[in-house]
Amino acid sequence: MNKTTSWFNVTSLVFGFAFLYVPILILVVYSFNASKLVTVWGGFSTRWYAELLHDQAIIDAAWVTMGVGILSASFATVLGTMAALVLDRYSKFHGRALFSGMVYAPLVMPEVITGLSLLLLFVAVGFDRGFWSVVIAHTTLTMCFVAVVVQSRLVTLDRSLEEAALDLGCPPVKTFFLITLPLILPGVVAGWMLAFTLSLDDLVIASFTTGPGATTLPIKIYSMVRLGVTPEINAISTILISVIAVGVIVASVLSHRSQVEKEKAERAVFLAG
Amino acid sequence: MAERGTQEVRPFLAKWALVAVPYLWSLLFFLAPFLIIFKISLSQTAIAMPPYLPVIGSLGDLWTKLSDFTFDNYIFLTEDPLYYSAYLSSLRIAFVSTVLLLIVGYPIAYGMARAPKSLRNALVMAVILPFWTSFLIRVYAWIGILKPEGLITIALQALGILGPGEQIHVYNTETAVFIGIVYSYLPFMVLPLYAALEKLDATLLEAAADLGCPPTKSFWVITFPLSLPGVVAGCFLCFIPIVGEFVIPDLLGGSETLMIGKTLWAEFFNNRDWPVSSAVAVVLLIILVVPIVIFQNQQKKA
Repeated sequence: MNKTTSWFNVTSLVFGFAFLYVPILILVVYSFNASKLVTVWGGFSTRWYAELLHDQAIIDAAWVTMGVGILSASFATVLGTMAALVLDRYSKFHGRALFSGMVYAPLVMPEVITGLSLLLLFVAVGFDRGFWSVVIAHTTLTMCFVAVVVQSRLVTLDRSLEEAALDLGCPPVKTFFLITLPLILPGVVAGWMLAFTLSLDDLVIASFTTGPGATTLPIKIYSMVRLGVTPEINAISTILISVIAVGVIVASVLSHRSQVEKEKAERAVFLAG
Repeated sequence: MAERGTQEVRPFLAKWALVAVPYLWSLLFFLAPFLIIFKISLSQTAIAMPPYLPVIGSLGDLWTKLSDFTFDNYIFLTEDPLYYSAYLSSLRIAFVSTVLLLIVGYPIAYGMARAPKSLRNALVMAVILPFWTSFLIRVYAWIGILKPEGLITIALQALGILGPGEQIHVYNTETAVFIGIVYSYLPFMVLPLYAALEKLDATLLEAAADLGCPPTKSFWVITFPLSLPGVVAGCFLCFIPIVGEFVIPDLLGGSETLMIGKTLWAEFFNNRDWPVSSAVAVVLLIILVVPIVIFQNQQKKA
């Protein structure tokens, strides 16, 4: 009986992960296709990558996307960490229900609604649409994800260190930067990464809130896809996928290492005690 | 005493600022836009040619504007069968995809939770990784696979299942949309399921087996009921955004697939009718309020 269930488990894992990864793998492989036809293999070539380097519109879009991503992820990390602290620490204040509602709702809100509503806000207050309107929109969307990630870290946090610092007269703000922030740092870093990749990824909200001169990469890719499948799109996609994969793996290794070191230190303290 | 007073004021200020900054940001950029969307949905189409929308000026101005408010856009939505069939079809597609996601995701999450402990973190990472890579790119990847002259056709022709002239017609149908949705949302379903299944106490299953309960029965009597919180979380996490999904039906569904996210997009970008697209968004929001509230209560309990 045990054997059949584990056989079942292995099969479902193999099929599940094949389903998740084979399409991405095919996409990457065909970015090295010499043929212009995406589905016909014409030999190995890097010509589509060379062509990308000469496509000024794509390079401009890549810079806009990077700028929007870094700025909005940084703002979102600050705001999201604050929101997570509020939700974790203050169980009762006026409007807490509304606040937690506003923090969790964007997680599931269809993007067409968020995008359209933000656009209407920018128009209503006369805010020029362009780079900064996309930054604000992405900050609003991604701060919720940061808040959730950081909050899950805060829940498992040992509060006794903070309490000790406060008892010894350390001011709360200083306590936060000296004690709390280093302890939740892996969550904060993961939150930043998540916010950055979500911003890099977003087509719908950016399309609604962007203006002249602020075409992001997804908007550019989308307009190319509408015209047809080309190996050039595969090449940009491959670059994006590799950048993100390397970033995520480095971040997870770093956070794993800090976790291991923390456990080691704790064990040392325990043995010494 | 005076010194003590200032010491207490500063933490109070810090606390106040900590609450106020994210609160005000969310009020301004999340809640206020919804009020505006509601207002625009009540304004007249004719005077709202973009980007020149009537902007609320002074308060007195507001009262005269109130008389301009009209439910015409909502009435328009009920008159054109395009809209309600788009809503119904979105709900149906979201429901069917959620069920499919549960069927596909459950065995994967189960396999992960039963994998050796040393492997589990790597498996979780492997599920999350595709979620970090671009949504648009992952949907795009399926176009090359599903197209009539795409890889599935080529593979089936090579296997001799399809004749040389025959092609598979999945691209630009609802089936392609289901494939795209299940593919893109799978991590959202697997992770909550895994979180619930991992916590499951294995001794319960052992006890059941010892007492002669067959594995299939103990799955339905023990495992599945205990994983229900994960099932509920995963289903809501998928269902709600899928109802408003735009990218997948637009790229994979063709003109045959009717979904409200696509309708809203077309209304806004192609017809440039802002009041009607706002009305479409408000109705979509009303439809989703109940599942969103249930989802939030679930989140608070977790």
